[in-house]
Amino acid sequence: MTSSLILSIVTFIYGLSAFFYIFAWIFRNTATSRLATGTAFLAIFGNTMGIALRWMESYRLGIGHAPLSNLYESLIFFAWTIGVIYIFVERKHRNKIIGAFTMPLAFLTMAYASMSPNISDRIQPLIPALKSNWLIAHVMTCFVGYAGFAVAFGTSAMFLFKKKDSEAESTLISRFPAAATLDELTHQMVTFGFLFLSIGIITGAVWANSAWGRYWGWDPKETWSLITWFVYATLLHARLMRGWHGKRIAFLSIIGFLVVMFTYFGVNYLPGLHSYGSSG
Amino acid sequence: MAEDRGSSDLFKQIWLFFASVKLTVTVLLTLAATSIIGTLIPQNESPAAYVNAFGDFIYRIFYILDIFDMYHSWWFQFLLLLLATNVIVCSVERLSATWKIIFTENPKFNPNQFTGQKEKEKYVTGCSLEQTQKRYAPYISKLFNYNRIESLDDGYRILAEKGRWTRLGVYTVHLSVLLLLTGGLVGSFFGFEGFVNIPEGETVSSITLRNTGQKKPLDFSIRCEDFDVQFYDTGAPKEYRSSLTVIEGGKPILKKDIIVNDPLRYRGINVFQSSYGTLSPKEVTLSFKSQSTSMVYMKTAVKGNAVEIPENGGEFIFQDYRNSFDFRGHDLGEVFLGTLKSPDGSNANVILPKRFPEFDKMRKSRWLISVTDAEYRYYTGLQVTKDPSVWIVYAGFIIMILGCFITFFMSHQRIFIEVLEKGKHRAVLVSGTSDRNKLGMNKKIKTIAQELTRLGEV
Repeated sequence: MTSSLILSIVTFIYGLSAFFYIFAWIFRNTATSRLATGTAFLAIFGNTMGIALRWMESYRLGIGHAPLSNLYESLIFFAWTIGVIYIFVERKHRNKIIGAFTMPLAFLTMAYASMSPNISDRIQPLIPALKSNWLIAHVMTCFVGYAGFAVAFGTSAMFLFKKKDSEAESTLISRFPAAATLDELTHQMVTFGFLFLSIGIITGAVWANSAWGRYWGWDPKETWSLITWFVYATLLHARLMRGWHGKRIAFLSIIGFLVVMFTYFGVNYLPGLHSYGSSG
Repeated sequence: MAEDRGSSDLFKQIWLFFASVKLTVTVLLTLAATSIIGTLIPQNESPAAYVNAFGDFIYRIFYILDIFDMYHSWWFQFLLLLLATNVIVCSVERLSATWKIIFTENPKFNPNQFTGQKEKEKYVTGCSLEQTQKRYAPYISKLFNYNRIESLDDGYRILAEKGRWTRLGVYTVHLSVLLLLTGGLVGSFFGFEGFVNIPEGETVSSITLRNTGQKKPLDFSIRCEDFDVQFYDTGAPKEYRSSLTVIEGGKPILKKDIIVNDPLRYRGINVFQSSYGTLSPKEVTLSFKSQSTSMVYMKTAVKGNAVEIPENGGEFIFQDYRNSFDFRGHDLGEVFLGTLKSPDGSNANVILPKRFPEFDKMRKSRWLISVTDAEYRYYTGLQVTKDPSVWIVYAGFIIMILGCFITFFMSHQRIFIEVLEKGKHRAVLVSGTSDRNKLGMNKKIKTIAQELTRLGEV
């Protein structure tokens, strides 16, 4: 069994888990919600196996590098971090409706990796620029950060729905956690993401200094990661000001996640040094 | 006097302007928005390319606004300066208050602040005041490093706290931002960034600066002994390797093979593998095939010199080498250009593509000439930089990570336990505050209350 096949199956399991979470939320079905968590664990397990197997395969091919070197591999890892962080949140806050808003993100990430015709799942050898111990630290921390922001995006969206329906007319929305809890969760996820984004940018800078002789060069990917950092730094400071709780924070968190997405995917259409993240 | 007060009012207003979080939010969002420009418009290209892309008028506007080097423009630097001032003023403004909270022998606990909390736990116990105190105090002192007991007329209070110092976390993050900005500034004054191409076997002692294009002499020379590039089977590059020797005072001081991600560092100057290229060959081995006798002769031609062709075939002069050559709309790739001088005095220009040995057949002459081998030489492209401030920046990095961790994941937690006589029972109130992660603190108060309830069982 190859890692690509396992990861294709994992995509399907993530989809199933997302479906169960949504189903359990809409029909208030406890059995399904238990099933949802079960499939989520299965998906994360399969995802872990897929990554590990891919790592081993690369050694068998004589290439031998951590599976974090191109868009396909980063997407797989991204889905994994979203899954893991979500499960932590679920365990900690004993609320499964958040899963209906975050598991689909993990599924979409996997589906994009597996099905997009522009993304090759071939294991390729590393080009000279990527041959560095900083690769693992840099890519991992960035994507853990991104995943934190992804979960914050989910809770922010839920917060906005909750606020829009303050009269609790919709039974679906009334099952959400309390607005204050969602607000606090968003904040926690953003601080978590911010710490890891900072470490990601820093490891990238240190790496750039050892590969290219400068820690900062305003290359589009660098600049966009800094823009992301500015947006979330704004959010964290805005929270200190009166009147910047709740809705505005939720909006900033959603904008922040869109910027993250552009940093991840959009920048590849701009000229720059990070071109190896684009496709292939 | 009145004027004096006016100026101090003005100073106060300016101070308050810079101390506001509103300014922080505005500057951060402006930085974020303007930074986008430089990722959409390629930076530091030639003026001609810009005029071509935008037209003369827009080019001039962009030129005035420094859009083509915007991250170093006066207005972008001004925004960064504004951010730095904001960070400094905010920190000074708030630090003295924080300082008083942190460095006090006897922290103040305002009872109303705790009894007024929304989330608090209350229960009653049958234990006597002395018993509860004997059981509660050791438990709380295990959880909180500061704790004291205050006696009341009808009971007592346990006041405890920990993590006072974590309030400094946010200041360390701000300090790190200032270190990064300082490092960048110092680097731009005392550092440089340049490049140099060294052909194999040759020595250079100066480089070209990237931003100005000026030559900059180095205190030492660098010789490139050898350059080597390896490819994977897929054609993707595997390794670029330059063998370099540092020469100082005519003596070789240091030898090192550099590859991407493993530079040479000498006397504060860093030399990085950055690019490579081939130099046009000075020698080429040619095969001359006589169309009449079918004999093949191999000859080595040195650029500019004539080669005698056997069978009284005249002579051939290797004139030039090109990386690519356009022939009627087709790129022939690498070509060698030469002149064939026939004994009858006529001259013919000959194009010899390396990839197409049969190409010369087109001339339909007595000789079919093709390239068998060429003596290539590589040059290595090196990035040469100096940044004496990199350690300031790295210190900033470390402090930022630590500071973010402290700020986000640690907190100053205070707990307030009040035990009062209430008829036959003792009424217990457990409440607490935290400067961060209030949800987590609420949970903690619940667990503490549960544990105290258990300890208070008769």
